[in-house]
Amino acid sequence: MRYERPETIGDATALLASAKGRAFVLAGGTDLLVRMKSDAFEADMVVDIKAVAGMSDISETADGFEIGAAVPCAALGEHAGLVAAWPGVVEAANLIGSTQIQGRCTMSGNLCNASPAADSVPALVAAGARVRIAGPDGTRIVPVEDVPQAPGKTTLKKGEFIAAILLPKPAQRSGDAYLRFTPRTEMDIAVVGVGVQLALDAKGVVETARVALGAVGPKVVLAEQAADTIIGTALDDAALEALAEACSAASNPIDDKRGTAAFRKHVAGVLARRAAKIAYERAGGK
Amino acid sequence: MASVSVSTTLNTDEVEFLCQADETLLDVLRNRLGLMGAKEGCGTGDCGACSVIMDGRVVCSCLVLGAEAQGKTIETIEGMAQGSELHPLQKKFIEHAALQCGVCTPGFLMAAKALLDANPSPTEEEIRFWLAGNLCRCTGYDKIVRAVADAAAEMRGEAS
Amino acid sequence: MSFDAEFRNQQFKSVGSRPLRPDGIDKVTGRARYGADFNMPGQLVGRVLRSPHAHARIVRIDTSRAEAVKGVKAVVTAADLPDLTNGDAELLHILDNCMARTKALYDGHAVAAVAAIDAKAAREALKLIEIEYEVLPHVVDVDAAAQSDAPLIDETLFTGGVEPKPAKPSNVANRSEFGHGDVDAGFAQADVIVERSFRTEQAHQGYIEPHACVASCNPDGTADMWVCTQGHFVYRQICADLLGLEVSKLRVTSSEIGGGFGGKTHVWAEPVALALSRKAGRPVKLVMSRDEVFRASGPTSATSIDVKIGARKDGTITAAVAHLRYTNGPYPGMWAELGAMTSFACYDLENVKTVGYEVLVNRPKVAAYRAPSAPMAAFAVESAIDELAGKIGMDPVAFRIRNAAKEGTKSSYGPVYGPIGIGPTLEAAQSHPHMSAPLGPNQGRGMACGFWFNFGGQTCTDLNVNADGTVTLAVGTVDVGGSRASLSLIAAEELGIAYDDVKAVVADTATLGYNDMTDGSRGTFSSSMATISAARNAIDVMRHRAALTWDIPVEDVVWEDGHAKARGENYGNLAPLSVKDIAAESGKTGGPIAGHSELVADGAGVSFATHICDVEVDPETGATRIIRYTVIQDAGKAVHPSYVEGQYQGGAAQGIGWALNEEYIYGEDGRLQNPGFLDYRIPVCSDLPMIDTQILEIPNPNHPYGVRGVGETSIVPPLAAIGNAISNAVGVRMSHIPMSPPRIRAALDGGAGS
Repeated sequence: MRYERPETIGDATALLASAKGRAFVLAGGTDLLVRMKSDAFEADMVVDIKAVAGMSDISETADGFEIGAAVPCAALGEHAGLVAAWPGVVEAANLIGSTQIQGRCTMSGNLCNASPAADSVPALVAAGARVRIAGPDGTRIVPVEDVPQAPGKTTLKKGEFIAAILLPKPAQRSGDAYLRFTPRTEMDIAVVGVGVQLALDAKGVVETARVALGAVGPKVVLAEQAADTIIGTALDDAALEALAEACSAASNPIDDKRGTAAFRKHVAGVLARRAAKIAYERAGGK
Repeated sequence: MASVSVSTTLNTDEVEFLCQADETLLDVLRNRLGLMGAKEGCGTGDCGACSVIMDGRVVCSCLVLGAEAQGKTIETIEGMAQGSELHPLQKKFIEHAALQCGVCTPGFLMAAKALLDANPSPTEEEIRFWLAGNLCRCTGYDKIVRAVADAAAEMRGEAS
Repeated sequence: MSFDAEFRNQQFKSVGSRPLRPDGIDKVTGRARYGADFNMPGQLVGRVLRSPHAHARIVRIDTSRAEAVKGVKAVVTAADLPDLTNGDAELLHILDNCMARTKALYDGHAVAAVAAIDAKAAREALKLIEIEYEVLPHVVDVDAAAQSDAPLIDETLFTGGVEPKPAKPSNVANRSEFGHGDVDAGFAQADVIVERSFRTEQAHQGYIEPHACVASCNPDGTADMWVCTQGHFVYRQICADLLGLEVSKLRVTSSEIGGGFGGKTHVWAEPVALALSRKAGRPVKLVMSRDEVFRASGPTSATSIDVKIGARKDGTITAAVAHLRYTNGPYPGMWAELGAMTSFACYDLENVKTVGYEVLVNRPKVAAYRAPSAPMAAFAVESAIDELAGKIGMDPVAFRIRNAAKEGTKSSYGPVYGPIGIGPTLEAAQSHPHMSAPLGPNQGRGMACGFWFNFGGQTCTDLNVNADGTVTLAVGTVDVGGSRASLSLIAAEELGIAYDDVKAVVADTATLGYNDMTDGSRGTFSSSMATISAARNAIDVMRHRAALTWDIPVEDVVWEDGHAKARGENYGNLAPLSVKDIAAESGKTGGPIAGHSELVADGAGVSFATHICDVEVDPETGATRIIRYTVIQDAGKAVHPSYVEGQYQGGAAQGIGWALNEEYIYGEDGRLQNPGFLDYRIPVCSDLPMIDTQILEIPNPNHPYGVRGVGETSIVPPLAAIGNAISNAVGVRMSHIPMSPPRIRAALDGGAGS
């Protein structure tokens, strides 16, 4: 195996595109190094993108925020502007792993690992985040929900890697939230995760909403029908109940070592209700 | 497999080493540099026994490649005491009986040091959540949390 | 010299204080050396190949391609570990567990091993070992395995303990029964009867340090081993037996141990490391990965238990019965028997019967885990007791006090108790402030009791008085949690010197006589007895030296407050001689001063605890948080109270983890699905509150200072205490451990206790 540390995007994509066998992008390494531990793992090259210019920066742009692919999640929580704009996204990212993992793990890696249980992904999808993908043929921008394809599999092509995550400027009177369920308080993989983002009109009625569910299907679920249940409401109890039911209905989970399908469907509704209330309050709703 | 040549700052010393591309920082510390204080409890970042501080952030050295240490500043348990003067956390861990078997202790101390470097007055809850990546199977954490709080108080100049 | 172990009440100077532990600085500076922290010149990397099948016949093993890998120095299979057990079935099972002989009996069972110059070559070689398996039907569930049509783990096994001998082989290895009285007559007197079935899943000890050793065999038949173990003398004996070595030629040094909890009382890879070293002619270091630790070491039994208890309305239990089925892994053990013995040990019962069934399954060989087998039995019994108290309208503590065992009670497993702590711990619980702390919505309180036998066993200790009057104490019980501090306190107390003047070390097998394991809560109990005995022998020597110095009869020299004193009116002007005084002159008065002791420490006092626990349950998700926890336990005499508290807290935390989340999860294919700390969820720091402790001291009459073992009992009550608290909080009675969120949700939805 080779270890490469390119300093430009062009060099990185060229390395990845030219790899004869399997090549892996290394950002935080908190998933990749775990996989490397397995006797079944074989790789020809690891391309460490942390030396590529801009990969470790969070920048506030006219359109919102641009988060370099190698920014560790801990740094997100230390960025006051980002925390104020997208508290749900930051909370989700900060739930990944331990303090030690936080110092290394990235949202881009969380996304590219393509686990349906990735914490930051439902929050990013709810926030309407996009990614800038660099590749041998230049860059393209796609919605976050289009990156994972199936557990462990993404839509990225050979030679491509995510260079940045793009978060829009939050709308007026909007808020986001992410909640997950884990048996332990920390150091756990989401059994269910729910991201909610909504915006209110001047009267406190929900104008737009996005709801995303994690760990209830092979990839993140953008639950549009569930979002519709709260649009036009002031998030009264009936709306919350409808949201919960719609989220349970939108869930198509499996029984596994982390929870039963019935439990996941139920808890998806519970968390959606709770997350929506937090997002509503953050949007200024009362 | 090609070796990678790495220069790094380790416990304030300039250190150079060669390692394999797929070798972890933990393996480099233990097998090439003779620093056995960081332990491999799991190799997958789930136990924290291999914690070291890299550029000011506590990380699991089992989830860092040795090659990534290039140009970094790394602190390990071996560099925590200043000569024969123990760090207040080290003293308080012994005083509070915050270790039984002690195999998790170096990791806890590195994580706790990173906490107090960032937050000199953590609450009990902040201590518990910060240290959630360090598993201890002996103590039930009670005496560890007390030792960290007491060390923080001492470092703030408050009498314990 | 015979040793008088009888308890004598005295004022202690050192015992009961809380000095700094002697190994503290090494452990906070990273200098302490654990199993994997030792290297030998020219050492090879050892790796073990493990079965991916739960149950498979090994048809053929071809190691030739692995042997051809550059850098590979040895490959071993069962053929390299010939059967030298001479009809000793238990020893053969240990050998078979170390390296499968004809069948792989569980996912993770060792089938071959390699030694190579580096990890890369070893890894490559493992992949090139070709094994042809004939996959057999498997069974992992305890109740399914006990059925007559279950796949047989061992076709030659017939259930023991039943008459007449069964005609057909079975996975039920043995039946054991305990009790007294007439339970049918007892139930006939009962006003209320509770009859319930319970299940507990398999838990692992979860020590943070994986098994590790360095083995070095020499061509002359001598060998050295560095290993993390709870008992290096036992490892030496077993390894010598399995490899055909002379005991005296195998020197075993115990490293610092990164947790054991019973899991490091059994050999796993050590004989394999020796076999690799013997074949390669070089030292071999073998360190298990975490995955291997979960798949192939530990764990405790999974169980299925039926309990029936009857009581009169006045609160008297009239009869109690338990049937306990425990998994043993693929080899027979005595785990259900221990469960059957401990089930009702807290109570004074007229009519009681317990029956244990040892059940073989395709899971790793069960190892001791802190008060092995007792927590599961206590979960069943203490849950039923709680329900019974509720049904007759009595406070659960008062109900237990009414039925508690006391001095003179004939225990449910046979012996008659001496002075014991169950009553006092219950009374302390009753008056503890925890009992009146306010509870909020969805919060509930539960309590439960626990028992453990404690063991004594073979022990040998050397105490050397150095020329400067300081003392070196060499013990043979591995220090798993601070015993060097406790034993230094003991030596200081007995000699009348300062704690700082004693340095305790754990001696290797070549430098001290045989010692049993540090298990059964025996470390401090038995080694303190041997230390007291050795100190008394050293004192005897020092009295002789003082007599010689003063030229008076030794009978006139007494030992008081760390000094030899001349007793008698004629000796008024003889100043007392301290240990330092006597030691300084030792070269002139007869040479080095030492005390030695070898004994079997009998009379380990039984141990009881009562735990109180408050939980908060989120009824929507089934998540349970422990919000308050109190441990009350009898220590006999707490030698170093900080480390006694540590044992109480640590055991409670392990019990909490087991109660709520820890479990082995097997797939349909019989493979373990969660062999790692991510999905085998031991409690993390943010999961727990402070754990309050109260140490009671009811002296053990069979120890000079009244010491009892303290290490294990604290894991026994938590499962039931938490189950009872959950019941109190949200009104569902849980019957299946762990009480994970999906199980609590299912119970709240009307599935009984699931």
